[in-house]
Amino acid sequence: MPDALLPLGLLQRRGPLDNAAPIPGVSIAPPLRRVSLHSDLSFYAGIALPRTPLRAVVSDNTAILWLGPEEWLVLAPERDPVTYGYGSVVDVSHRQIGLEITGPNAATLLNAACPLDLALTAFPVGACTRTVFAKAQIVLWRRAEHRFHIDVARSFAAYVHAMLREAAMEFSATV
Amino acid sequence: MKLIPCPICGERAEIEFTYGGQAGLTRPADPAATTEAEWGAFLYARENPKGMHRERWRHIHGCGQFFNLTRDTVTDRFIP
Repeated sequence: MPDALLPLGLLQRRGPLDNAAPIPGVSIAPPLRRVSLHSDLSFYAGIALPRTPLRAVVSDNTAILWLGPEEWLVLAPERDPVTYGYGSVVDVSHRQIGLEITGPNAATLLNAACPLDLALTAFPVGACTRTVFAKAQIVLWRRAEHRFHIDVARSFAAYVHAMLREAAMEFSATV
Repeated sequence: MKLIPCPICGERAEIEFTYGGQAGLTRPADPAATTEAEWGAFLYARENPKGMHRERWRHIHGCGQFFNLTRDTVTDRFIP
């Protein structure tokens, strides 16, 4: 995949899911700028940090996910610079890979290996949390009723993708 | 699967948590002045009740916080 951030023709970005066969309803998110915040700041890049547990705020192209008390994950376009400030601000862009799960079966697909209650009343649009998917730790964020974002460590991406393929067979099977 | 009441996240599945052992243990303030028996009791002696047990849990695959709760070791029910 050509990448404008790298010298053309010299380097090629590679990811753990480059050769993975596609799964209906599952797409690989574009590379993102990810920032791990551990601090008692009120703002990051001018955006108020969400103080409500398990909720994300979205401003333009940037999302800030509440992960724990005084812990947030920023998801922004890859070209956005990191805004350093007081507290721990760490660029973790390449630590994780994003997966987008879409479609009316999205919640059922996730529940194949994720124990969270994904009913809209329990996990509404805008909810986010760290949780588990089978044996991998993931960050799950509900962007719309039928649209979820998974952020998973690179080294677990192939495993999570394979588990999703296994689960998705239920919806693609024909009798 | 057990549901464990995290004080921040609410009821979540047991596999998101790690067990932290008996709650309320206090490290002797001055180890040099502590007898072997006292130190041994702090390190190794634990309650093993049939009934209510005060214990530490950590929501490691969630908000990351440590917290205390009471579990009935007979029924495995939690009381926050």
